[in-house]
Amino acid sequence: MAPRRFTLIDDGRLLEVEEAEGLALAERARAGGRPVALDPEERAAYLGIPASERAGPLAALEAPDFTLPDLEGRPHSLAAHRGRKVLLVAYASW
Amino acid sequence: MWQALSEELGGAGLAVITVALDRSPEDARPWIEAARPTHPSLIDTRHVLADLYNIVNVPTILWIDERGRIARPNDVAFGTDTFTHITGLASARPLAALRAWVRGATPGLAPEEVRRHLVLPSEEDQLARAEFGLADWLAREGRPEAAERHFVRAGELAPHDFTIRRGSLPIRGIDPMGPRFREMLGEWTRAGRPYYRPLPDTRG
Repeated sequence: MAPRRFTLIDDGRLLEVEEAEGLALAERARAGGRPVALDPEERAAYLGIPASERAGPLAALEAPDFTLPDLEGRPHSLAAHRGRKVLLVAYASW
Repeated sequence: MWQALSEELGGAGLAVITVALDRSPEDARPWIEAARPTHPSLIDTRHVLADLYNIVNVPTILWIDERGRIARPNDVAFGTDTFTHITGLASARPLAALRAWVRGATPGLAPEEVRRHLVLPSEEDQLARAEFGLADWLAREGRPEAAERHFVRAGELAPHDFTIRRGSLPIRGIDPMGPRFREMLGEWTRAGRPYYRPLPDTRG
């Protein structure tokens, strides 16, 4: 019988591994201080980013860079606007 | 409205970037096509921005200066007064503050003020985001029952995070303006907790 697959989502990136390895990696990530959402039945886990890692740049008042697509799928990054003042607006249709 | 502001202040050195925390580009498309933006108008289906900036509701605005430093942390501002009768928040003061900062009439917030108003993410906030990430993936994989468990868990971990609690409703097939949202909002505000948390100097 083929080993069962497990999906590990590491901060948005997908990794397919064998079930035992997936569970071990999720456990190791949690022991290493990462927030881990685990669903053994669904054989999937999401590894998030620790609060300390997110808080560091914010507390230093550094605006974290990001790259996101527009409606046409073209990527845009915050860093491309260095040298100008930026108004960043998060909104939603909901 | 952000487009009008971009036109007004672009020459004075302001770049406007809008980011839709939506389930899909299609959910955001009607809004973007109506606004006809010339500034970057981005789609964030995985809540990347919410994770990086500890954004817990919309609309949330930040000011970022020429050196890439946060000059005004997460604040609530509407570009228009369309919803003032519901939100109790008028657009005039936040927009006046922004204009003054862009034109150099005021320096914006001092670093110590920015730090005082910053809300850093907690371990539970980040675990809630991981639960949301797993739930979102499960939902997209066509496993709605499993997804639901993790959406609920995410909301329990971060009850103040409406990008999770309300933002997940469309993904779960629930009307984000409907009775489920009104119930959530009523339960939250009856306990004396505000749904919107503008910074003190723009509350007016």
